[in-house]
Amino acid sequence: MTRLALQLVFAGALLASVGVKPVCAQTPATPVDVPTSASWPKPVEDNRVLNYVIFDQLEGRTNGLNTSFRWDGEGWIGTDFNKLWIKSEGTVINGIAGDGDHEILYDRPIPHLRYVDWQAGVRLDLDSGPTRAWAAIGMQGLAPYFFNFAPTLYVRDGGRVAGRISGSYDLYFTQRFILQPQVELNFYSQADRGRGIGTGLSGLDGGVRLGYQFSRKFAPYIGYTYTGVFGQTATFSRLAGQPTSAPRFVFGVWVWH
Amino acid sequence: MHTAKADDNSTLTRRRFVQGVAAVGLGALVDGKLNLASAETSAHAPAVLTGNHFDLAIDAHHVNFTGRRVRALKINGTLPGPTLKWREGNTVTIAVTNHLPSESSIHWHGMRIPAEMDGVPGLSYAGIAPGKTFVYRFPVLQNGTYWYHSHSGFQEQLGLWGALVIEPRDKDPIEYDRDYVVLLSDWTDTKPETVDSNLKKQSDYYNFHRRTAGTFIEDAKNKGLRSTVADRISWGRTNMTPTDIADVTNATYIYLMNGNPADANWTALFMPGERVRLRFINASAMTLFDVRIQGLPMTVVQADGNCVQPVTVDEIRLGVAETYDVIVQPHEEKAYTIFAQPESRGSYARGTLAPRLGMAAEVPPMDPYPNRTMADMGMGGMAQMKGMKMSQMPGMKDMQIGGNSNNSMPEMKDMEMSAMRRGAIEPLAGMAPFPQPGPHTTRLMPPPTRMLSRLTETTEGEVPLRVGPEVVGIAMKTSPRLHDPGDGLNGNGRRVLTYSDLRALYKGVDGRPPTREIILHLTGNMERYIWGFDGYKFSQAEPIHLKLGERVRFVLINDTMMEHPIHLHGLWSELENGSDEFSPYKHTLLVKPAERVSYLISADTPGRWAFHCHLLYHMASGMFRTVVVS
Repeated sequence: MTRLALQLVFAGALLASVGVKPVCAQTPATPVDVPTSASWPKPVEDNRVLNYVIFDQLEGRTNGLNTSFRWDGEGWIGTDFNKLWIKSEGTVINGIAGDGDHEILYDRPIPHLRYVDWQAGVRLDLDSGPTRAWAAIGMQGLAPYFFNFAPTLYVRDGGRVAGRISGSYDLYFTQRFILQPQVELNFYSQADRGRGIGTGLSGLDGGVRLGYQFSRKFAPYIGYTYTGVFGQTATFSRLAGQPTSAPRFVFGVWVWH
Repeated sequence: MHTAKADDNSTLTRRRFVQGVAAVGLGALVDGKLNLASAETSAHAPAVLTGNHFDLAIDAHHVNFTGRRVRALKINGTLPGPTLKWREGNTVTIAVTNHLPSESSIHWHGMRIPAEMDGVPGLSYAGIAPGKTFVYRFPVLQNGTYWYHSHSGFQEQLGLWGALVIEPRDKDPIEYDRDYVVLLSDWTDTKPETVDSNLKKQSDYYNFHRRTAGTFIEDAKNKGLRSTVADRISWGRTNMTPTDIADVTNATYIYLMNGNPADANWTALFMPGERVRLRFINASAMTLFDVRIQGLPMTVVQADGNCVQPVTVDEIRLGVAETYDVIVQPHEEKAYTIFAQPESRGSYARGTLAPRLGMAAEVPPMDPYPNRTMADMGMGGMAQMKGMKMSQMPGMKDMQIGGNSNNSMPEMKDMEMSAMRRGAIEPLAGMAPFPQPGPHTTRLMPPPTRMLSRLTETTEGEVPLRVGPEVVGIAMKTSPRLHDPGDGLNGNGRRVLTYSDLRALYKGVDGRPPTREIILHLTGNMERYIWGFDGYKFSQAEPIHLKLGERVRFVLINDTMMEHPIHLHGLWSELENGSDEFSPYKHTLLVKPAERVSYLISADTPGRWAFHCHLLYHMASGMFRTVVVS
């Protein structure tokens, strides 16, 4: 399983090198008799390494009786063309962590697409339930009309396949009031009773949040979310005495750095 | 502080080089008398240093423009650095000492000097290491208004710049009684590294004119729902927005005139009837300034240090790094506001022309926030072409179909061919650099014996462009927009200077036709904040090679939605604006969205020269090439 993940990462790196543009020569290089030194700095450093962390969800969810804590964040370190991407999400209810999903991905722009990167790496389901490891390959970026989307395919031993699609849209009411509808769908090819997951569409997490940007990097929000499980997963939930849908009011903050 | 020496040169005594007068506690030389400014205003002006030897010290200091005390970089303890006043024909020595903990540099913007004196770390030299002194020494072979600035990292944003004023050796064709430098700049309390990373992570970080639900409703009311939806669709399809005017705006910037915020009201004095020369220099990192003086027409007499035939206008747009000298002649004994609003509006730089200190005139309201148009997107005229056959389209030759832009511009080429037939010559290898056009210069024409020699012109440089991470769009229709004053300036009721107005005072010195044409696309991806030429960042590209002595045409095609002030170091860029032998000599050309401009270059000075967009964060993101002349 780990080997498979590594192979995928390796394949990703190969793909990456295919995507590298060749250097472009204006004219055939001719000998240049002007002084220069290898020790000089570059006139511009256009491959600066930056780092980024954002929480799209950092929130309490409540229906008046129970309150849960939910986070969904990601970050990267790297340059325009090569990034190490980390994603993490999870929910804590009564001290029990669920839906824990943590990914380490290599990220690179897709050639000939303007706004979309591909990503490959590893996903770990790490929470209070049994741990699972997956190889991951997916895309993330901006679809036309400013839709954020990120479909990802996961594979683990035994030919198990999972998929996830997440998307969101920032609707500006004013320059600072933002309404953000968001949805995440999960699919599994085979049931995993240990984690209470059935085949097919297992779960949906969607919500609408209204935030106010006090600054670009800090925006408290309120909203409404709906978490539901479907099909076989719903059956497992009912058997475990758990609800199959959880509408909640949320309050939280969007932050990035 | 008061370092300006009285000019002892008899030809110059007639004119007074007055520094910004309203200097608190500083004496200002007016009519040979020392006037003490009232202490009401904190306005100051850069010191003026004259002579042939200069010592400049770069150091970190603090400034407080906004109520916050933050770090800035200064030259000889001031921001702007001192104005250096040179004299054409002299050899100047400038010892620059770097007191910063990091490498620094000074580049002499617009100066035609040996490449190793040009001051670009990595191309001319290694830069000036911490604690070290670099001694620049070069002959001054030109005159006019220029400026200098750091070429290291983001130091320009932090204040490392100042004005250069070079007195002509001969009688100045421009007559004036008073002379002021007006340096325009943008300042942010945020560290420039943070501004850069903010743009990389959220490119519209500083845009507070986004389209919202509110603007949708407003537009639907005014223009109808259908056209509003169609408009949103046409922009949204490619994730672009017409409100993308400036990457960095007054959301973080305050705008300065000679280092003074608008409130400080930097003041230049005049006596009614006097001719006042204002040397406008856009020393900002990212800001295009629209400059006007309420109630006072300006006569443009010089552009980028080269004299132009006087043209009187109400307003001038200064691209970053451009300079314009104007003459104004106020006849009334009253104050006039010098008003410089950025293209993205929101705030402004301001000063006053007044007969006495302490006077102020009304500050005009700012113009509305401009919007980009379909013409900026490179879609201009498409609507009218519906139903026409390709061959019938008059503009067809300008169009680049789909992703393939291998278009060699037949019109230009034909024109050039006929020129070539009249006389093509080979590069003059080993020639001395051409002089700046002046009253005594002659125009080099192709030798008649070489008439009707072989055709050598080639077009190259056009690489197949495809959209991708580095290229968001390829303009389908580009044209020289030389008559267009630019976004936000059309139909404002004022006479605005355009590039088509610029006609050199003196004939160009190189009359040879170009033997080569190099086409470069200005490309970028705003969302990713990647900028470059032909879809390549600096680190992905090889240098552009020019043969010493050759005459080349550069064609720039702007495929982006923004203006780019393109600066070539060391060589003049002779704008082809229809003035033929009177083409204006420029060092920086502001290229509008979807514009195609061409200019001629005489590659007469060997070396490795920087060629880049002068928007600081565009340059840092890859919009930079090396031009090697050898």
